Amino acid sequence: MPWNRIKVPIKSGRFLLQGDEAVADGAFCAGMRFYAGYPITPASEIITRVQDRFEESNEGVYFQGEDEIASIAACIGASWTGTKAMTATSGPGFDLMVENLGYAIFTETPMVIVDVQRAGPSTGQAARPSQGDYHQVRYATHGDYEIIVLSPWSCQELFEFGVRAFNLSERYRVPTIVLTDEAIAHLREPVEIPEEIDVFDREHDPEAPPFSFDEVDASPMPLLGDGKALLVTGSTHTEWGKRVTQDPEVHRKIVKHLIGKISNHISDIFETHEEFIEDADFVIASYGISARSGFEAMNRLRKKRIKIGFFRLKVIWPIWEKYIIQRFSNVKKVFVPEMNMGHLSSELKRILNCEIIPVTELGTNVILPEEIVKVVEENL
Amino acid sequence: MKTYMEWIRTEFFPTAFCPGCGHGIILRAIAKACDELELDRDNVVFVSGIGCSGWIPSPYIKADSIHTTHGRAIAFATGVKLARPDFTVIVVGGDGDLASIGGNHLIHAARRNIDITCIMADNNNYGMTGGQYSPTTPKGSKTSTSRKGLSEAPFDVAKLVKSAGASFVARYTVAHFPQLVNSIKKAISTEGFSFVQAISTCPTHFGRRNVTQDPYEFIDYLKRNSVNIKNITSSAESMGKIIIGEF
Repeated sequence: MPWNRIKVPIKSGRFLLQGDEAVADGAFCAGMRFYAGYPITPASEIITRVQDRFEESNEGVYFQGEDEIASIAACIGASWTGTKAMTATSGPGFDLMVENLGYAIFTETPMVIVDVQRAGPSTGQAARPSQGDYHQVRYATHGDYEIIVLSPWSCQELFEFGVRAFNLSERYRVPTIVLTDEAIAHLREPVEIPEEIDVFDREHDPEAPPFSFDEVDASPMPLLGDGKALLVTGSTHTEWGKRVTQDPEVHRKIVKHLIGKISNHISDIFETHEEFIEDADFVIASYGISARSGFEAMNRLRKKRIKIGFFRLKVIWPIWEKYIIQRFSNVKKVFVPEMNMGHLSSELKRILNCEIIPVTELGTNVILPEEIVKVVEENL
Repeated sequence: MKTYMEWIRTEFFPTAFCPGCGHGIILRAIAKACDELELDRDNVVFVSGIGCSGWIPSPYIKADSIHTTHGRAIAFATGVKLARPDFTVIVVGGDGDLASIGGNHLIHAARRNIDITCIMADNNNYGMTGGQYSPTTPKGSKTSTSRKGLSEAPFDVAKLVKSAGASFVARYTVAHFPQLVNSIKKAISTEGFSFVQAISTCPTHFGRRNVTQDPYEFIDYLKRNSVNIKNITSSAESMGKIIIGEF
């Protein structure tokens, strides 16, 4: 069976971990045994932790690429041998990875990318947080596709999402991104490492075609070395990997598969954290670091007897529109704190009919609860 | 049937190559080298990039193949080799693919001296996109992006890769078939990064504008215009010639 309950290969218990360390540990527990990356602030601590884990277990291979392009390419190559692979970077490095991210999507290669957001565009402020990559991680590469992006709000969740990202990636044969930011990645918090975790390993079938046109489900995956003279290509292809460079029908089928295998399972993928939504007239909706302040702001406002709820996206892509419409059916106003020009705000404006009020921070300071409380009180 | 034909997927014939293209000769040389070395097909992985050269292993070589993005084949191959050191990993790329957009990956693979064989099918230009000049186009050549003659100097890619740290480097042309097969066999057998520059013919673009449109005359030109590195006694002898041999 692809799902297995396994004993974690590291010490379980409660530890004070930095966010970058926690995500590396989560990935290692999920079975990541290949890591490739290029040095970049604020993600560099991840390769340090990965090295520790590989060396003490005498398992796994890490590789410092000549750049981020080579790093993600090496991960894709390793993944086709059946090795769970991960890379980590920040905005400027993610920019370089976009080309081969598209390749991984099109060739349905499981792998995990951790994007530790920093302020941009360009070099920006390397050691200051931001949430400006919200749309980049979704729409970076050309063409039509779906992708899975998780947004942790704590070091604990960085550990858990390190596991979950691999599970989703292996299950749906899609590169999966853990989108965090400098503030959480460099924060130190107690993290509970459980004794056992559930791990999904891709369905390996040496007889199966490498690709699929199925509009509903992901397909099993053959590997290099299976003895089947596998054809893997980023060109439009048949199920058996034969390049089809002119037939529009084949291309339509592939894109429908890439989208369908994820959109048809959105209820399994999409995850939220909700408080007091049932009776709420107002809601603070957010994700990642800004949601922490949003949560505290909600608590302060509830003490003032304001009927306000809290809605946090643990998965930002794919976004489950029908579910959000249903949950917000009685809500009058939604306040959206985020460290950008209003990316989630724009999504919610597209999905919902009620009033959406962005609480934005374009500097690189984490939004404070009192700033959110102030905006809410001014707009009641 | 020749036994090396077992390494070729004839079901995809005719090939996508233009009439007179030398890449079919490189395909046969690779198949012959694999056959003569009696490689275990199930443990051989070919990795290619984008361009005419990408078609040589993908789909025409009958073994596992990953046809990757433009210039990145070596980086993908590095991941395969690190994860499965028991695999024989062979990259086939072009001059634009490996020496221009992929130049950084090429020199770093040579520096690391990772155990990968890299074959550069060098047709002196970007054949698939209309014959633009590449980093191996000789100075003065007319291409679709150097209409009055190229003012830039080319890379000596063999020397570049050698000086970057590769274990084995050779250059031959498609007019030197037995030597080409032997050098590919040596490259695969050598531990560390091995590089074979296989000068090919492109009658459609580079040949038409600079040498000849006639495939036979083009191959004859490569034969006449090459000099073996062992036979060079002064620099005058190699002026304007293709230097072949092991570096």
